[in-house]
Amino acid sequence: MKCDLCNKKATVHLTEIVDEQMTEMHLCEDCAREKSVQMEQQFGLADLLAGLADFGKQVKKDESVNLKCTNCGMSYEDFRKFGRLGCSECYPSFKMHLATLLKKIHGANQHFGKTPVKMPPSEKKKIENLQDMKNKLLDAIQSENFELAAQLRDQIRNLESKEK
Amino acid sequence: MKLEDFIHNTGQWLKGTGAYANIVMSSRLRLARNLAKHPFPNKADKKELLAICETIKAAMDEIPQFKDSIFLKIQDLDNVDRQFLIERHLMSHEHAANPEGKALVVSKEEILSVMINEEDHMRIQVMESGFNLEEIWNVATTIDDELAKKLDFAYSMQWGYLTACPTNTGTAMRGSVMLHLPALVMTKQINKVLTAISKLNFASRGFYGEGTQASGNFYQISNQVSMGHSEQDVIQNINGLIRQVIEQEEQARQALLLQNKPMLEDKIFRSYGVLKNAHIISSQETVELLSMLRLGIDLQIIKDIDQKIINDLFIKIQPAHLQKLEGKKLNAADRDRKRASLIRQKIGGN
Ligand SMILES: [Zn+2]
Ligand SMILES: [Zn+2]
Repeated sequence: MKCDLCNKKATVHLTEIVDEQMTEMHLCEDCAREKSVQMEQQFGLADLLAGLADFGKQVKKDESVNLKCTNCGMSYEDFRKFGRLGCSECYPSFKMHLATLLKKIHGANQHFGKTPVKMPPSEKKKIENLQDMKNKLLDAIQSENFELAAQLRDQIRNLESKEK
Repeated sequence: MKLEDFIHNTGQWLKGTGAYANIVMSSRLRLARNLAKHPFPNKADKKELLAICETIKAAMDEIPQFKDSIFLKIQDLDNVDRQFLIERHLMSHEHAANPEGKALVVSKEEILSVMINEEDHMRIQVMESGFNLEEIWNVATTIDDELAKKLDFAYSMQWGYLTACPTNTGTAMRGSVMLHLPALVMTKQINKVLTAISKLNFASRGFYGEGTQASGNFYQISNQVSMGHSEQDVIQNINGLIRQVIEQEEQARQALLLQNKPMLEDKIFRSYGVLKNAHIISSQETVELLSMLRLGIDLQIIKDIDQKIINDLFIKIQPAHLQKLEGKKLNAADRDRKRASLIRQKIGGN
């Protein structure tokens, strides 16, 4: 397969969103490096500071080959090919990959907004709390209060790890 | 309520009512929802798809908002009927192309519709005339809550509503506003506006669906991003953007009137003349001329036609609508004649 940008041999495969359509990009090493610099700019300083972007955990290509959703049987490779997930359990199954992808698509990795009406109040409270803390974290970073930001970051990590 | 009743009705969203109806044709919100524990439609077999349909239908049967709506199995519909529903903006091409296990629910005034088993188990659509996303949000969220009382939705604490395509994950909400921007097109400012819109992470596309070029000077503007901002924030953002576009269009209209009124009147009256007198007309030509006529009505250059009639014509001049009106299949040449006669009849032509 040839690189989409320069015709050299493509070794890196990326998913890109254009006009709501997900398209695969196949790139050579050089073009991929270019692209990743652009991506870092998209992720933005705030996430780097907050340590919430999954940078250290970029998944190597070979690790994703055998990744499969245990519920519906969708493989990560198939998801990359067709751009559609197979069931709600695909989300936890491909968590690491999706965290990066969702961040790239939406510029965010945390839902803000509605919760299903039937959800127990204690769960609802937890979600609102998490959303609230992430908001405070952004404020702290914007006002350069890094000590508070670090505290909030640790609290958020703590909450999120309990969730799993 | 039968499918056949729709052809003689005008959807509420075409009635030309609501705020800024001179520029904003309609506002629309779509919420994607999936049932927990069931595979998404792309991974579900026929049996599973039918079970999902049944589960959702059973829930809807108990919800007052769906009381007067019609439930259609796509597989039971012929090609003209499927195309007819696409032309009315009630379902997507994708939904019609692969009909097995899919359904469509439409309320009486076509304000509320739900595609079942399209890309997600449910695509809830609320669409109304004019610029009023906030009001529509209230309708959509109420229906969502009613459904959520009876169904378990796929939802995660971190990522919100889970959808088949990650571009919708989060609020799973897409709000869009259909704008008529002839003056920005005529004054060649439209590309500047569209570029600015895409830089702000909003998408724009044409009147006749996804992937189409804008025609008739209609542009549909919607949010791209669905995670990281609450539904209300997204709506505020869209509203802010749309207000600016409306203002630009209004300024461009005033500038045209001030600097080039004779040219504008000529263009509008010629369009009126052709539409009143043509006996054969293509859909492309129709759409361009209707756009001028609509502008003429908004600027009170043309005073004897109701805008609602023009809005309705944008829908009725499409192939499946013409065939439903005629009650039989028409080839392209027949349709061009039928289209011309329909227009003459609606705007009092010769
Ligand atoms: Zn390359
Ligand atoms: Zn799955």
